[in-house]
Amino acid sequence: MSNSIIKPQKGISRRSVLQGMGAAAGTGLALQAMPGFVRYSQAATSEPVKIGLQLHRTGIGASYGRWYERVTAAAVKVINDGGGINGRPVEVIVEDDGTDPKRGAEVVEKFATQHKVDVAYGTLFSHVVIGSAPRAGELKLPYVVVSEGHHVASGKLNRYVFQPGITDVRSQVIAMAPWISKNLGKKVTMIFPDFAFGHDHRDYFSEAIKAQGGQVAGLIAIPPTESSFTRYLPQISSDTEVLYHVMVGPAVLTFVKELGQFFGSSRPQIFGFIDSLEAVDLATPQLEFLEDTYFWEGNPRYAQKDQTEYDKFYREMVGVDANGASTSDQKDISTYSHMFGCWESLFAIKQAMEASGYEGQTPKDKQGFIEAMEAIQKFDEGREHPQGDKIFNGKNHQCYGHQNISKVTGGRLEVVHRTAIEDGLYEVSADYTTMSL
Amino acid sequence: MDLGPFLLLATLEGLLQAAVLTLTALGLSLVFGVMRIVNVAHGEFYMLGAVIAWWTASLLSSNPAAGFFLALVISPLLVGAIAYACERLILKRLEYDPEATIVATIGMLYVIQQTVLIAYGPDAHPVEAPFFFRVQFPWFGYSGYNLFVIAAAIALLGLCWYILTKTRLGLIMRATQFDRETAQAFGIPIGKVYGYVFAAGAMLAAIAAVLIVPIRQAHYLMGLDPLLLSFIVVIIGGLGSLRGTVIAALIIGLSDGIISVFFSPTLAKMISTLLVALVLVFKPQGLFGARAR
Repeated sequence: MSNSIIKPQKGISRRSVLQGMGAAAGTGLALQAMPGFVRYSQAATSEPVKIGLQLHRTGIGASYGRWYERVTAAAVKVINDGGGINGRPVEVIVEDDGTDPKRGAEVVEKFATQHKVDVAYGTLFSHVVIGSAPRAGELKLPYVVVSEGHHVASGKLNRYVFQPGITDVRSQVIAMAPWISKNLGKKVTMIFPDFAFGHDHRDYFSEAIKAQGGQVAGLIAIPPTESSFTRYLPQISSDTEVLYHVMVGPAVLTFVKELGQFFGSSRPQIFGFIDSLEAVDLATPQLEFLEDTYFWEGNPRYAQKDQTEYDKFYREMVGVDANGASTSDQKDISTYSHMFGCWESLFAIKQAMEASGYEGQTPKDKQGFIEAMEAIQKFDEGREHPQGDKIFNGKNHQCYGHQNISKVTGGRLEVVHRTAIEDGLYEVSADYTTMSL
Repeated sequence: MDLGPFLLLATLEGLLQAAVLTLTALGLSLVFGVMRIVNVAHGEFYMLGAVIAWWTASLLSSNPAAGFFLALVISPLLVGAIAYACERLILKRLEYDPEATIVATIGMLYVIQQTVLIAYGPDAHPVEAPFFFRVQFPWFGYSGYNLFVIAAAIALLGLCWYILTKTRLGLIMRATQFDRETAQAFGIPIGKVYGYVFAAGAMLAAIAAVLIVPIRQAHYLMGLDPLLLSFIVVIIGGLGSLRGTVIAALIIGLSDGIISVFFSPTLAKMISTLLVALVLVFKPQGLFGARAR
C-alpha cells in the first residue's frame, strides 16, 4: 500500500520558503500585511516537522481512518497557516496499518527508519496501539495515540507513548456511571467487544456501577470480527434494567438493527457508547427503536443549541455539517465523537515542541519534547481544543476531559448531561517519568 | 429466557445460517465435484456478490424492493461472468492441475479482494431489505426478512436439485464428473462445461450473498468466514455430493446456531472444526461422498 503525504499548503518547497524569507527580510510588517503567507521566517531551519500518521485506512477500523485522515489534514492546514511549529511547516506522512497490530508495529518501524519522522501519531484500535507501542519505545520514537483504551493510562506501555487528545475508557465510564444508575437503573447487562478496549469497559464500568450500589446482571463479550449478533441477545436476562452496549467495526449497524429486531418496543433502558453507531446515520431504516435511548459522546455529533464558536470553527474546518455528516456527502457520516482527538493531539504535539524549543531529531530534542509533554498540566478550551478543556497527567501520559450523555430525540442526539472533569478522575498509579529515556 | 423460546431462536438462527451456507457450499462442492478444483477464491465470489448487490441497489435506492430484486438478477450474472473469465484465462491454461489451481485461486482471492478494496473502499455498506416486518414471538422479535431468506434458499435448492438430476444440463455435468474422457468421446464439450460449472459455482455464492447482505452488510473482508464454513460443510458432506452438502450444511448451520446461543459462537466453530477432523479420520470421503475411483 502506497503511502501519501499531507504537505504544507501552497506546495511550499524549501527554496520557495527561502525566497519568501529573503523577500520579506527586514520587512516584518509586510508579513502581517500578506494574508495567507506562511511565516516560517523565525525558524532555524525550514525543514518540515515530519509527523507520521499511523492510519486505519483499511481493515475493521477504516471508517474511523477515513475521518482521522481528514481531521489531520485540516489541523495541519490550520497549524501551517498559523506559521507551523517553531516556524517550521508540518508535513504528515500517512501509512496504513490495516487495523492490524502486526502491521502497526511495522508501520512504526517504517516511520522511524525509512521516513525518519519526528513523531508518530494517530492510531485508534487498542490492539494496534498495544502491538505498536513496544516498538516505538525500542526505537525511541515519540508515539502519540488517539485511542481510548486504558492501556496508556494504566502504565502498561512505555515513556514514549502519550494520549493527550482523548480521555481513556476508565475515566469515561466512571464519569457516567452515577448518572446511569440514578436515571436509568441499577441492574446492568453489558455487551462489549472481546478485546482490550471492551475489557476496559467490562472491568471499569462493572467496578463503577457496583460503587453506585448497582449490579452487573450479565457480561456478553463478542469477538470483534463477528458479523451477526442475534444469537448473543438471549443472554440478556429479563430482569435487566439497563442494557449497556459498546461495539466497534464494520458490523455496528448490523448490531443495532438486530438489537431493535430482538426487543421491539418492549425493551429495557438502553445506554450505548456511540462507538456502536459511529459513522452510521441515525436515520437508517430500522433504527427508530433507538428513540429515547442514550449514548455516550466524546464530542456531540449534532451541533447543539449552545454550540461553542470553537466547535463551529472545528466543524467547518473538518468539513462536517450540523448533523455530523460530511458537507460534501450527506451519506458520509463522521466519527465525530472520536476524531476531535486527532485535532487536539496535533495541537498538543505543537504545544510540547514549542515549549521545548524542539529543533530536530537529536536525542536532546526528543528528550526535551517528552519532558515538555509531561510538564503540560491542562489544555484550555479553544480553537486548539474544541471538545472542551482538559487536564493532563504527566505521570501516566493521559488527559482527562468532559463526557457527554445524549438522548436520541426526534432522530437527533441531544446532549442531556455533560460530566465535569473531576467526575472522571481516578487514583493514578502509573508513573512513566521514572522510566529512563 | 426459558428453554423453549431459547431453542426456537437458536433454531431460527441455525436455519438462517444453514440456508446461506448450503447455497455457498453447494457452489464449492459443484466446482470440486465436476472439475476436481479446490476453489480457494470461492469466498471472494461471495463477497463480490454482496458488493455488486450494494452497487446495484444503490442505483435504485428510492425503492428498496426493486433495488434488491434487481441485485438478485444482476449480481449473480456479473459474478458468473467474472468467474467464467477467470476460468478461461487462468484455470484452463493450467490444465486444471490440482496444485497449480490451488495456488491460482489463492492468487484470485487476493486480486479480487484488493480490487474491491480499491474500487469499493474499506467500509461496510448496508443494502436495505426489500421488505421489513418484525415477527413478534411472545419472548422476542425476529426479522421477517430472515424467514424469507430461509424460504428462498429452500426454493433455490429445489431448483438446483431439479437441474442437476432431471435436466439434460445436469446429465452433462454428471457425465463430465463421472468420466471426463468418456464424456468427451460422446461429444460433450468438456472445456465449455468446465467454464459454465465454475461460473455456476460462483453464481451460487453470489446469490447467497445477495440474500444475506440486507442482514449483514457488504464488506471487502466478508469472504473469509463463508469460505471456511463451506470447506467444513463440503468435507463433512463429501465432495461433490449434493445430498451430502445439504445435510452437512444443516448439521453445521443448526449446531452453530444452537451451540452459539446456548454456549458461545467460538465453541460452535471449534466443534465444527473437530467434526471435520473426525470425518477426515474415520470417513475421509465424507458422509455421503463416493470413494475415489
